[in-house]
Amino acid sequence: MTATELLADLRLIVPELVLAIGALGLLVAGVFIRGEQAASRLVSMVSMALLVLAAGVAVFLAPEGGGTAFNGAIILDSFALYAKAVVFLAAAVALVLAGNFLEAERIGRFEYPVLILLATLGMSVMVSANDLITLYLGLELQSLSLYVLAAFNRDSLRASEAGLKYFVLGALSSGLLLYGASLVYGFAGSTGFDAIALAAADPSVGLIFGLVFVVSGLAFKISAAPFHMWTPDVYEGAPTPVAAFFATAPKFAAMMLLIRVLMEPFGAMADQWQQITIILAILSMAIGALGALLQTNIKRLMAYSSIGNMGYALVGLSAGTEAAVWAVMLYMTLYVIGVAGAFGVILSMRRAEGMVERIEDLAGLSKTRPGLALAFTGLLLSIGGMPFLVGFFGKFLVFFAAVQAGLIWLAVLGGLFSTISIAYYLMVLKRVWFDEPVAEFLPAPASIAVITRVAGIGTVGLLLLVPFMLGQVMQASAVFGG
Amino acid sequence: MLGQLPILTALTFLPALGALAILILRAMMRSEDQAALDRNARGVALFVTLFVFALSILLVLEFDTAQPGFQFVETIPWLVDLGINYKMGVDGLSVLFVLLTAFLMPICILASWKLEKRVADYMAAFLILETLVIGIFCALDLVLFYIFFEGSLIPMFLIIGVWGGANRIYAAFKFFLYTFLGSVLMLVAMIYMFVTAGTTDIPTLLTYDFAREAQTWMWLAFFASFAVKMPMWPVHTWLPDAHVEAPTAGSVILAGILLKLGGYGFLRFSLPMFPDASAFFAPMVMVLSVIAIVYTSLVAFRQTDIKKLIAYSSVAHMGFVTMGLFTMNELGVQGAIFQMISHGFISGALFLCVGVIYDRFHTREIAFYGGLVHKMPVFAAFFALFTMANVGLPGTSGFVGEIMTMFGAFQYDPRVAVGAALGVIFSAVYMLTLYKNVVFGEITNAKIESATDLDWREWVNLSVLGFMAIWLGFFTTPITDVTSASVEALISQYQAALAASANP
Repeated sequence: MTATELLADLRLIVPELVLAIGALGLLVAGVFIRGEQAASRLVSMVSMALLVLAAGVAVFLAPEGGGTAFNGAIILDSFALYAKAVVFLAAAVALVLAGNFLEAERIGRFEYPVLILLATLGMSVMVSANDLITLYLGLELQSLSLYVLAAFNRDSLRASEAGLKYFVLGALSSGLLLYGASLVYGFAGSTGFDAIALAAADPSVGLIFGLVFVVSGLAFKISAAPFHMWTPDVYEGAPTPVAAFFATAPKFAAMMLLIRVLMEPFGAMADQWQQITIILAILSMAIGALGALLQTNIKRLMAYSSIGNMGYALVGLSAGTEAAVWAVMLYMTLYVIGVAGAFGVILSMRRAEGMVERIEDLAGLSKTRPGLALAFTGLLLSIGGMPFLVGFFGKFLVFFAAVQAGLIWLAVLGGLFSTISIAYYLMVLKRVWFDEPVAEFLPAPASIAVITRVAGIGTVGLLLLVPFMLGQVMQASAVFGG
Repeated sequence: MLGQLPILTALTFLPALGALAILILRAMMRSEDQAALDRNARGVALFVTLFVFALSILLVLEFDTAQPGFQFVETIPWLVDLGINYKMGVDGLSVLFVLLTAFLMPICILASWKLEKRVADYMAAFLILETLVIGIFCALDLVLFYIFFEGSLIPMFLIIGVWGGANRIYAAFKFFLYTFLGSVLMLVAMIYMFVTAGTTDIPTLLTYDFAREAQTWMWLAFFASFAVKMPMWPVHTWLPDAHVEAPTAGSVILAGILLKLGGYGFLRFSLPMFPDASAFFAPMVMVLSVIAIVYTSLVAFRQTDIKKLIAYSSVAHMGFVTMGLFTMNELGVQGAIFQMISHGFISGALFLCVGVIYDRFHTREIAFYGGLVHKMPVFAAFFALFTMANVGLPGTSGFVGEIMTMFGAFQYDPRVAVGAALGVIFSAVYMLTLYKNVVFGEITNAKIESATDLDWREWVNLSVLGFMAIWLGFFTTPITDVTSASVEALISQYQAALAASANP
């Protein structure tokens, strides 16, 4: 490999380089800054800047037309670019949400933003993966960072439990994935996606076997049922800003990775994987909808809501068409925006005695904090796919993709489950609007207040921007066309 | 004059702007100024709704009744990549519903004038509801229609849940979930239409010829939504709960406008787009309608709660509407539209009457009352007028709607008309019994001794509605002239489609 070739390859991974070098630099710098708080704040600020910079580089400085690098291990196309931009920005928002929370809980250490940066780097590699090895590297970098983040509040029993649970189950799923990948390698003769795609045109039983394991491993990462068991416990146990992060960027990245794996190397085996995604979709919608009904903790509720929402995304993905890709991309984008805002509201649930997270603590919010209540209403209903809020378009488009592919019954089933799931959002709104207030929340830090308000207004305001977003995802998904 | 202006957009979104103004006002005012804020919220709401009403009168005056097609059409590209547009327009079927909505809204605001609890939120919710409901009647794109149609659940959910009676939470959930479940099935059918026909443009879909079998399924999916909205027996059970618990103005909107969405949906979608399926299912609808008319009339008779009684009577009256619509002859369909408009005035007025006495005595138990005529003679007169109108006394608008739909039903099948006629008799039984028990007799309850008669706001509201009920009872042309061209076009297209599929 000549220097010019190396430079050409490196040009394709500038955002990753920014994150990698930045994270390692900050890790060193953090040690030398005096004072834990000062280090944490400074590193956090720089990390946000790095993430925004990486997003800017990804969007504006990407080489024309993209391409592959390192002998086809990494691919940069419009799909990867879009995914990266969303992931970087979502990670930046997660850092903003963490703001004062960690300090207030006395766990404000500078490793936190560094871990977020490393996880984001992993996600960035995931969405650019064009080879099973790259896929695994990205996924593991992300997962290992997330295990640590889940247990970041190491003195808390619940957080340690969450981290351990996440780690054990995550390791199991990585094992499944790796086993599947080795089967695929064995039967396709290569780890490269392009070579696998050739083998998939005439699939052997071994390849199908491998596919099942790979999809199972990835289903764990998007917390699709029946691989969802970790989600409620981890959301509940992990510090809230960590849960907010879990619910946004990693979900989005894993879904994008799943799309690429299913559409590109296994694109010709759509008939085979469709059955799997349909089952995953139905189970996720059912468990998400029914499980959430009984929750009393708002974070657990959000966990079940995310399980259910992955189900709807999988309904769209099951169509296996180009429309399925852009529908799921838009769905996930709107979902990430909604969830980031909703977690902003959850992070605003602070009373003098500390954070509260029971749903009944929200009683009377519409009286004590009308603006926050209005934003929360819009956000929850938007996540639930209720019109006239922007989240409706996500649901509309995934159902559209399913119906277009002839999966009408699946769309009907999705509709029925969405009726159940709207019920638990309404149960939260009942607390917010119908009940009498018990005690007021303390004013939220300005950074969080801004995010909840912006996201809340966005649930209606984005209706005007949906055409633009749709154009973007359609352009990005064109790489899977024909 | 209005041809160039986006009048429908203005009609639709002015109330939302009003709501925004109220919310901004609330955010800016300090909590000490609660009284001032309430005053301003009421003022803004009344002003905006009256302005929208004036605008809607202009719209109807400018409306060309001779033309059956859509008028005042506005198209703005929206989701260009999918061909989904923001498209608004009205025809003879929808323009009067816009007027009805704009007419009832200021009455609702006036009826809620004395409300003390969270006035600003209340007014904002009503204004947003007005935006969504007018949007439903103006939307000429499936997606746009669905957004308005389904979105209207949110403000109504809050209105029932926050300002409702003792059992309001149960009622709000039941209302929301019942109608939501019906609507998601419709959503899937709409998507199927989009996929098959390749467009969401309603005027184009009206001329699109869907395959016979697909029509059946789509008809059922739309029926799931509209039958619940209507509400038709046996999916009507959410309505009595919602009515009883909703605040007075909420009941007025619910009975006056939201119940009409089902009928409008049949007119706009089911009948013209799925003619074969409509003809196929018409006997079923007839049976359900007659059951609704007879059965709910009997149920109404046994009620002990005034509001519940009127709610059941609404279900019965909506039975006339579905019966008239599916006769698919001119008298029947014209009568159904007439009945919907007239029921908007009459049931709205009846709920206002209940509101009048509820405000004074805080109970809706029939047994509590008796002898009101001695203390509230003006109220008694108005209540008598609307009772008679609800019974369908000749000379009131209720009579016209019932008789037209029954003539239509007679042409369709005399047995249906006989069943409906039974319902007319029953309605006289329960309404007159109610009137007797509440208004006549001796004053048995000491609390009634201190009753005061109507104040000027109640006077204005009831006399406006009373005027409409009598005026339309004698002069039917203000409504039938507007609708006839569109109805004729609808029916001739329907017959042509049936003939075409009979002789392929």
